[in-house]
Amino acid sequence: MTTPVKNPETQVRRPDESLWKRLTRQQLFIPVAALVLLVLFNLIADPTFFTVSVKENSLGNPVLSGNMVSVLDNASELVILAIGMTLVTASSGGQDISVGATMTIAGSVILRLVCGGQAAADTMQMNLFLAVLIGIVVTALFGAFNGTLVAYFNIQPMVATLIMYTAGRSIAAWINNNQLPIINDVAFKYAGTFLPGIPVPTPIFITALMVLVFWLVLKFTNLGLYTQSVGINPNSSRLNGLNPKMIKLLTYVILGVCVAVAGYIRISRSGSINYSRNAENIEMDAILAVALGGNALSGGKFNIYGSILGAYVIQFLTTTLYKYEVPSTALPAYKAVVVILLVVLSAPVVREKLSSMKKAPVKAVKEVS
Amino acid sequence: MKMKKVLSLALAAAMALSLAACGNGGGGASSGQPSCGASSSEPSGGASSSTPAPAPTGELITVGVINNDPNESGYRTANDAAMRATFTEENGYKTTFFNNNDAAQQIATAQQMVQDEVDFLLLSPASTTGWDTVLKDAQDAGTQVILFDRMLEADESMYAAAVVSDMPAEGKTAVDWLAAQGLDEYNIIHIQGHMGSDAQLGRTGALDEKVAAEASWNYVAQQTADWDEATARTITQSVIDSGKPFNVIYAENNGMARGAVAALDAAGITHGKGGDVIVMGFDSDKWAFEAVLEGSWNYMGLCNPLQADTVDSIIKDLMAGKAPAQKIIYTPEQGFDCDTLTQADVDTYGT
Repeated sequence: MTTPVKNPETQVRRPDESLWKRLTRQQLFIPVAALVLLVLFNLIADPTFFTVSVKENSLGNPVLSGNMVSVLDNASELVILAIGMTLVTASSGGQDISVGATMTIAGSVILRLVCGGQAAADTMQMNLFLAVLIGIVVTALFGAFNGTLVAYFNIQPMVATLIMYTAGRSIAAWINNNQLPIINDVAFKYAGTFLPGIPVPTPIFITALMVLVFWLVLKFTNLGLYTQSVGINPNSSRLNGLNPKMIKLLTYVILGVCVAVAGYIRISRSGSINYSRNAENIEMDAILAVALGGNALSGGKFNIYGSILGAYVIQFLTTTLYKYEVPSTALPAYKAVVVILLVVLSAPVVREKLSSMKKAPVKAVKEVS
Repeated sequence: MKMKKVLSLALAAAMALSLAACGNGGGGASSGQPSCGASSSEPSGGASSSTPAPAPTGELITVGVINNDPNESGYRTANDAAMRATFTEENGYKTTFFNNNDAAQQIATAQQMVQDEVDFLLLSPASTTGWDTVLKDAQDAGTQVILFDRMLEADESMYAAAVVSDMPAEGKTAVDWLAAQGLDEYNIIHIQGHMGSDAQLGRTGALDEKVAAEASWNYVAQQTADWDEATARTITQSVIDSGKPFNVIYAENNGMARGAVAALDAAGITHGKGGDVIVMGFDSDKWAFEAVLEGSWNYMGLCNPLQADTVDSIIKDLMAGKAPAQKIIYTPEQGFDCDTLTQADVDTYGT
């Protein structure tokens, strides 16, 4: 009975509500600020960046075209990966660096199935949904492999996933007997391009669907809460009746599912695959998205929407740089600048300075009152 | 302790197994898998088989093959497969293969191979520079170096022979063909390969020269996609989004041309025979030949990936004490366009 009495007291001393608001604001502060900066830069430098026009694609469908459409479209894989990566980060306090390789495995499996083992096919040899489903199962199993190493063998996530990071692309090549299969069926490319008669790129719908699914899951199940508590303190979660190992494993399996969806989108953009270059370095972007979303890379509390926003910011940055004809080899350098800024901003020393700067006016107000 | 015992047992077993597998290969097994580290195809035909292996006639020639990653492109897949099919024990070779796109790793492995005193070092360098020490060490150790597919920057005396594609000539053929199309203005999206590679330098060089020389030739974009299809698509998409007019896609391999075409298709820009945009690719992929044949693309510069047989005969000659007539042998190559390509060409040259 003491707690309800204590709570109002603390609310009086520390304005809990506004503190909570400030916290959420702080969490999303970095990605929102980055987004605003990018929008402002493009508005000033060349407002035509934001023009969206309707064109007719080669199949005769009206489609939307423009930089903003490209940003939303091309960010899809990254957004989906960032969702899974956030959960993995939160539960295990580490990141899966094998997602690019396992995306390639998913793509390779799906292509092998729809090509029926041939090097090139003009029509799909297998029901597409079934093929994608098998792809999902395969990468979920690879996720379970990573998750088992992390959860049950207590191996550092980065080291555990290093195995698939190195071996994944060879496995993908092996699945297709080192062939680079190509599918020319128009229907296969619907997921990566446009559905007939719909002017918005399909990846945007798939991403929206994934975000919706995770919103519902986090809202109506305890996954978010459990993940968070396991990430903060596995021992006390265990004492409270949770199974931290199982939950860690589960997050890796969920990431595996996200990987398959992203991998499917990637290969359906062109209907072919290149094992050594497919989704190369996308794991770094996915981790960057999680960090940009204000999530602690050491696990615990997380905000999935921060990561999603972070992923869009990264793609926005990439598209902007392409627009200004920055050599594609120089892109990592610009991302490095972002990383440096993030690391510096989140350093304890800087945080303290920042928070003391924020506290000062509050104290002044209190003195007046 | 128990754990350690189990582990050491397992390790010992693994070692014994791999030794058995190596021994099996050494005995002239018919698997055709030359290197021990490679995934073995038929484990069932293993140690239990009692048929005596036929003794190899004479000493095997030891060969180290340094190539690029076979998954990099369809061209490389064909190239690597041909090398692996030729340098087998049946053909009298004991071969070690190494595939990597990183020149530094290639160089380190080459040095190791020279120290292991291979008879021949076959080299497809990922970059044209940085090979001086390796070549000198090889010369001192009596290892003969034969370049295949790609050149490097070194004096001719440093290698025994080179069986390569003439990349500058490939570029020039392509640019000459493009010039012959007689457009009023050439606004080019130039998608480059891995920067610093022989293929990129040769194919870029010819176009750079022409663009610098002619006022009506302009670059709308010149970017490297590092042989990657998805990056090529993104680059093309960003040019389309910017609204700049263009009428030529000059992609330095077929995969990147395919990526660019995906972006064109999405924006409804016509391409190929009678289209608004001329599409050009390089290499030897069958599907690309077919794209040219059906008029979806305009041009493909053939880059012949099959040098293995020529290298094989040079080695046999060198072993017999005959130096090759020419140091640098160019594989026969030509450009194909949508007006002249025939199904017969596709069947002959497609890989």
